[in-house]
Amino acid sequence: MASHLEQPSVSSERDEATMQETFTREVVVGMQQGLHARPADQLAREARKWQSRIELVAKSQRVDGKSILEVLTLAAESGTRLVVEATGPDAREAIDAIGRLFEQNFNEFGSTESGLHESGLQDSGSHASGAGQPAPAPESTG
Amino acid sequence: MKFSDFMAVDAIRSNVSASSKEGVIREMAAALVDAGKIAAGDLESIVKAIMKREDLGSTGIGRGVAVPHTKHPSVDRLVGTVAVSHDGIGFDSLDGEPVQLFFLLVSPPDRPGDHLRALENISRQLRDESFCGELKAAQTPVDIQRLLVEADGHGVAS
Repeated sequence: MASHLEQPSVSSERDEATMQETFTREVVVGMQQGLHARPADQLAREARKWQSRIELVAKSQRVDGKSILEVLTLAAESGTRLVVEATGPDAREAIDAIGRLFEQNFNEFGSTESGLHESGLQDSGSHASGAGQPAPAPESTG
Repeated sequence: MKFSDFMAVDAIRSNVSASSKEGVIREMAAALVDAGKIAAGDLESIVKAIMKREDLGSTGIGRGVAVPHTKHPSVDRLVGTVAVSHDGIGFDSLDGEPVQLFFLLVSPPDRPGDHLRALENISRQLRDESFCGELKAAQTPVDIQRLLVEADGHGVAS
């Protein structure tokens, strides 16, 4: 139950024609070795669990998150910022699951800190669009 | 990065005799020894390291392709080679299919960027299904070498 978190670091828009919602989320590659074969495999496996189309957007390219070959063509080194974009009926859940992999640095040893602070769920003000000021934490005890 | 930046042409094999995962890895690593790219004394340790990496998850990435690899302190630059098995070898691939086309990489531990760029080059080129198919059908190391050179020419190398 995360309903009190009004706006996690995800932005969304609805395509009225297809009634499909797109969620985007910025992530940072925190693994020292970058997004190499093993995390790329984990990412593609996770992405394939969802019906939604899942894409990764880097500075100059956009790739299918469900294909390990495509993900590897990003050659995303440690510190690289990527936008994960999910469109479809389970886009919201998909983007949370993918975001979690990055937050946890794909469970790799020797990861830097940079992957952690960027995409925390508590980070309620940071829309992928970068719009708006950080909202006060909606946490209230009582 | 291009194939010519890391592929040891003398270690290319167009028809491996191995029929197991460890067998093909060993055959390719031995080819790198024969080509003078890695020392004979490091062979066992490199094969062991590559197998250890495979235990974490197969590098058989589908489409009949595998990219077995390791970081190893004995090399001071990225070295790699290609091998083809016309019969195909069980590799615990992601799609469960046997593998015909192998790219083996050994990279220095302190150069993760080079390793990523080699993977990027391999995966970008393999998106071209005809390239993939022609490599698998190659009959001689010279055929493979020619295909790699052609691919280097097409690629918008980054």
